[in-house]
Amino acid sequence: MLSPRFGLGARVTVRRADPPGHLRTPWYIRGQSGEIERLCGAFANPEELAYNRPGLPAQPLYRVRFHQCEIWPDYSGPAQDTVEVEIFQHWLEPAP
Amino acid sequence: MTEIHHLHPHRHPAVPDDDGPLGYYQALEVAVRELLVEKGIFSGDDVRRAIEAMDARTPAQGARIVARAWTNPAYKARLLADGTAAARELGIDTAATRLIAVENTRLLHNLVVCTLCSCYPRMVLGLPPDWYKSRAYRSRAVREPRGVLREFGTVLPEDVEVRVHDSTADMRYLVLPERPDGTEGWSEERLAGLVTRDSMIGVTRCRL
Repeated sequence: MLSPRFGLGARVTVRRADPPGHLRTPWYIRGQSGEIERLCGAFANPEELAYNRPGLPAQPLYRVRFHQCEIWPDYSGPAQDTVEVEIFQHWLEPAP
Repeated sequence: MTEIHHLHPHRHPAVPDDDGPLGYYQALEVAVRELLVEKGIFSGDDVRRAIEAMDARTPAQGARIVARAWTNPAYKARLLADGTAAARELGIDTAATRLIAVENTRLLHNLVVCTLCSCYPRMVLGLPPDWYKSRAYRSRAVREPRGVLREFGTVLPEDVEVRVHDSTADMRYLVLPERPDGTEGWSEERLAGLVTRDSMIGVTRCRL
């Protein structure tokens, strides 16, 4: 397993990337910044598993919390509404 | 159509038979399954048994977890700390995925979706409802959750935080709804009867 790079509460940005293949990072969250809610553990990389490769070393998987009003400029709900997404470490960078 | 006509023996089926040609992936699934059976990797009875086991899981499993958490504070703490282990305590195996329980409170309402496909906590809720897999729910739950909740009859005050959980990877989510007022002293079994599938997905609340 790769060692976790981000601690609880760390500000992170999701990479704005579009590699080919099987990806588990939704489009709407790429390029967005949020904070680490928890480390879920380490899991084989689904981008490798999809092609019958072992996906090792296991990638740390985080739950990242985002504010809805930052993701959708016309979000109609109140400012405290959030969305949490599971994101693998190789999709995350420290937020600027 | 007259009465007489209705009594006539019908030559046509009442409902059209669903026997059109197989799609590409349906044909692929049949071919791979038949090959695996032929090679002795598993039997037709193994496939049938796996489907039977899948169909036997129902929201009653999730309801047992919720009712236990409502009546037993120590269990609730364990559930929120490690949903997988807490489910196992009640004899529910979550297989390869892990379970995270998220608690609704006066100021926080949780809603579960899988925007990428239709990941669902099948081990505690059984098969997902058709709407959960629809493109409309999957895209709108994350884009305008309050509008979706309103259509399900759930109107939340402005001071409540709506927190959407997008099941994008290896976690599965179970909403722990708020225990309704007026259920003081109820047994665990009676409480479990109040806990609906939809309240554990988060599109509604538990009510008396």
